[in-house]
Amino acid sequence: MSIVVFAEQRGGALRKITFEVISEGKRLATAAGDSLKVLLAGDNVSGLAEELKKFGPDEIAVVNSDKLADYTTESYAGVLTDYVKQENPSLVLLGHSAIGKDLAPRVTARLGAGLVSDCIEINYDGGDFSFIHPIYAGKAVATYKVNSAVKIATLRPNIFAMEEAEGAANVVDFAPEIAASRTTVKEVIQQAGDRPELTEADIICSGGRGLGNPEGFDLIEQLADALGAAVGSSRAAVDAGWRDHQAQVGQTGKVVSPNLYIACGISGAIQHLAGMGSSKCIVGINKDPEANILTVADFGIEGDLYKVVPALIEKLKEVNG
Amino acid sequence: MNIVTCIKQTFDTEAKIVIDNGQVSTQGVNLIVNPYDEYAVEESIRLKEKNGGEVVVVSVGGDKTQEALRYCLAMGADRAVLIQDPALEQADNLGCAVAMAKLISQMEYDLVFCGKEAVDDGAAQVPSMLAEKLDLPQANVLTALEIADGQATATREIDGGSEVLEMKLPAVLSAQKGLNEVRYPSLPGIMKAKRKELKVVSLADLELSAEDVAAKTELVAAELPPARKAGRVLSGEIDEMVAELVSLLKDEAKVI
Repeated sequence: MSIVVFAEQRGGALRKITFEVISEGKRLATAAGDSLKVLLAGDNVSGLAEELKKFGPDEIAVVNSDKLADYTTESYAGVLTDYVKQENPSLVLLGHSAIGKDLAPRVTARLGAGLVSDCIEINYDGGDFSFIHPIYAGKAVATYKVNSAVKIATLRPNIFAMEEAEGAANVVDFAPEIAASRTTVKEVIQQAGDRPELTEADIICSGGRGLGNPEGFDLIEQLADALGAAVGSSRAAVDAGWRDHQAQVGQTGKVVSPNLYIACGISGAIQHLAGMGSSKCIVGINKDPEANILTVADFGIEGDLYKVVPALIEKLKEVNG
Repeated sequence: MNIVTCIKQTFDTEAKIVIDNGQVSTQGVNLIVNPYDEYAVEESIRLKEKNGGEVVVVSVGGDKTQEALRYCLAMGADRAVLIQDPALEQADNLGCAVAMAKLISQMEYDLVFCGKEAVDDGAAQVPSMLAEKLDLPQANVLTALEIADGQATATREIDGGSEVLEMKLPAVLSAQKGLNEVRYPSLPGIMKAKRKELKVVSLADLELSAEDVAAKTELVAAELPPARKAGRVLSGEIDEMVAELVSLLKDEAKVI
């Protein structure tokens, strides 16, 4: 049997999540005695196979077509479905990214299979896989079983360790007929600046209602600059119009799991905690001694963020020289 | 313009989760229309107000789900259909999508609208599965939408930015926060909703069998996440606290 990983690339560059998913695929393939096969699809992407080889796949199947230059659901769904039908794997893994979230359910419905989305852990017990997926944005954690022959899962970014490994890494061509897409990509708009994406960031600095005004985010930006961090927001700050909703962390925003999450002027409502509770280390800065965030944080500072954060930025600059 | 809007009834996002016998307890939990589905309902109503036609809200659920559908009728949807069947009680996302797609395929529509995901299982599966089962183009996680001459121009959120997609209708679209500001039902709206049609159909009515919607995934057990160990609130002057924090982050937590 085999495990198939869909290698996500956009604009000819592999995404970090791809290496995380292949690393987990390798671990599961080793445990289950399966081979690991990677599907690399795009336009003129053969050169990316070298990067994938480092993570120990047995085979990399490459599809090149100008019809795959942009990610479109229907063209990519056709390619992945055809590959899965050819390989008949026990497990298909994708990232729980914008592309993976869009693609996996379409392919699952076409195959009539079972899909567990947004897994933070997959286990093999010698006979079957079990899938761990947080529900209610992390207020609970559920274990799923899948009873279809091909089982499909998407993996949460920033959870699975990237690990280089040995593998045969045969590169083969795969040339399915590629379905035309009924959607056309007219424009791609990149977020301004070079900050990491929230779901991929190692460090996130977030601001909330306690900032008092939208200009308060300038300070959060400066802190983020000092740490190479992404900038997040509580729902309150988004609803007040201080920050774009793309920055919202929580149950009706993004679920994030950075190494370090610094919450400034955020009280720590249950919906917010649900979105960032799996961060490895949480720092809370709040002037209200009763704020929930100070109970949850690994390290809390009770104080005025307009005094604490500038001092913190200075100290970080001093330490980092 | 006829729009079918799919909704799910979910726990209130303020709800505290209680686990009973390995499953999430529904006892005493306030139920709401999934917040992302509200954006879809709002957008559907706005499109109808502009272009004419009707908005039909569709859901899979039990008796209580009628309340969620009535809420959407009070917002301004025209009628509702609830698919209710014992065989759907354990259904997974694919089973629900199969049932809704069968229902929708028997209707006349220009657009199917969903929320981008439900806040309970956070799976984000149903919109794409519906699109597949209805053999339609899809555009998920939309923050802006324009429709003219049977064509949709949709702005979709992607990692680190957004993209603009074009497609001919009919299509399946899913709403993200930011697409619009959701209205609250007005008092006349609530009164009118009581008289609007809410039809309940079974799998047999849709000529589907239990096997057609059989779950491929099963939630075996749920548990609360491990509690975070109690943290430390630092003390002293600001400079002292900040110095201590930086050294803790560097040497103890090793995160900077």
